[in-house]
Amino acid sequence: MPNTSFSPSIESRPTYAGLVPQGAAPSIMIADAEGAEAILDLVDRDAAVLDQAHLIYIPKGAQFGSKLAELGAKGYHEEASLDAAMTLINRLLGAAHMGTQLYLAGSEGMMGRISALALSLGLPLDAIQMEHRGSIGRPMQCVHCKGVTQDVTTDPFTCSHCGLTLFVRDHFSRRLGVFQAVCVDAETPGVIPETQEITA
Amino acid sequence: MSKQMTLEVTEVEPLTALVTRFRFEHPEKAPLPIFSGGAHVVVEMPDGEMLRCNAYSLISDPNDASGYEIAVRREDAGRGGSRYMHSEVTPGSKMRISVPTNLFALDPRARKHVLIAGGIGITPFLSHLHQLDLLQQPFELHYAARSRDEAAGLKLLPKSARIHAHISEEGNRMDLGEILTGQPIGTHVYVCGPEGLISAVLDAAARHGWPKGALHFEAFASPPPGKPFTVTLAKSGRMIEVSASQSLLEALEAAEVEIDWSCRGGACGRCETKVAACDGQIEHNDHWLSRDERAEQKKIMPCMSRFTGDALVLDL
Ligand code: FES
Repeated sequence: MPNTSFSPSIESRPTYAGLVPQGAAPSIMIADAEGAEAILDLVDRDAAVLDQAHLIYIPKGAQFGSKLAELGAKGYHEEASLDAAMTLINRLLGAAHMGTQLYLAGSEGMMGRISALALSLGLPLDAIQMEHRGSIGRPMQCVHCKGVTQDVTTDPFTCSHCGLTLFVRDHFSRRLGVFQAVCVDAETPGVIPETQEITA
Repeated sequence: MSKQMTLEVTEVEPLTALVTRFRFEHPEKAPLPIFSGGAHVVVEMPDGEMLRCNAYSLISDPNDASGYEIAVRREDAGRGGSRYMHSEVTPGSKMRISVPTNLFALDPRARKHVLIAGGIGITPFLSHLHQLDLLQQPFELHYAARSRDEAAGLKLLPKSARIHAHISEEGNRMDLGEILTGQPIGTHVYVCGPEGLISAVLDAAARHGWPKGALHFEAFASPPPGKPFTVTLAKSGRMIEVSASQSLLEALEAAEVEIDWSCRGGACGRCETKVAACDGQIEHNDHWLSRDERAEQKKIMPCMSRFTGDALVLDL
């Protein structure tokens, strides 16, 4: 499955241009689940990208770990969850120099969180390469309680923090790396539209 | 077009044989609008028949409302603006000056700032330094000049281990590769100076894998003189002569043609004007139009660009 192309929406809805090899430059590669395939494709196009690469993979149940490990990146790290990987990612990013390439591939939740971190470190957006693969589940922030619900695939959905029924919006916060969700029945309590699967 | 103020020149100090510092204050000592590091003002110079306007970076403390300071290099081959400043302006002169505009601000998201100046291109960084000091943000400044005469900034720069002067006459050239290697994540680069330095920095940065978004530049340009030419205004059919030492924008203003502007240096895009017909070659001297737009000859930036050929008709 190639890079997901999302249907045209408002300006703030991120789109992902796909990974383009930048040669043997030092790099940090982070992938989750099917994002592994984007890394495999990238290496297929230019194996030199691995020479100085730290590759971090969060499988989320997918079976690409051994394939990625065999690639022979300078460093390969498999982590059980993004939370568990954050210590390493913080350390690698914090110690990185300008000119280090950042490749992100997989879910919007992971890419949103890491790109927000990179932006907060002063990296401009054009320095972050992203490719969307796999589930189109979105990271949604409840604008009421500020809690983030990961991998939301239906609209409306229930906030996993405060329990409100929330609308899935395309409004995206780059600073936080999440989409915004608003209460669907604020004016008409209990009147809730039918739940639908969200689409790309 | 920006708001103008009439200010009084209170200090004129030669910094080197080529560069002079001017200080402007309000005639009644009223506070001036404060600005941000990297801002410039446009100074009006009524030179005989001609009204010349040049943009100069402010070099004083952005938070100091008591006056504005600029440093002007005498360009003997220029159109005469800098010569006017050097020969006609004395303490007590009243001059019309625009409120400050900034096209070269520090990026507030950066975690470190690397400032690279060539020659008189040091000027915007002098106000940046005040701001960086206030914000206590990490920076380094690399200042390249051919000779000490060109390095007027040396007199105005504080002593600091983070400020490096590279005087090429003294064999101390600037090594861009070294400057751009090993900079911590979140570093942004700012360059101001001659065309050659700007492209050298942008090229070196691209080679070292720097993202474009972390690179900021301001070309140090006032409109170049050139051969006289004529433009025609499509709507009225009027013909306007542009003299050798006048910019197209100045000629349009002299003819009282309403035209918007801000930087007068080919950077902001405000003066962009449609070309209705062009039989000849536009000399694009701006940084605004893309390569394709230049080739099409359908747009011109009157603040910087000139024309050679048989006919240039502006959609005005
Ligand atoms: S006035 Fe800024 S580009 Fe001409």
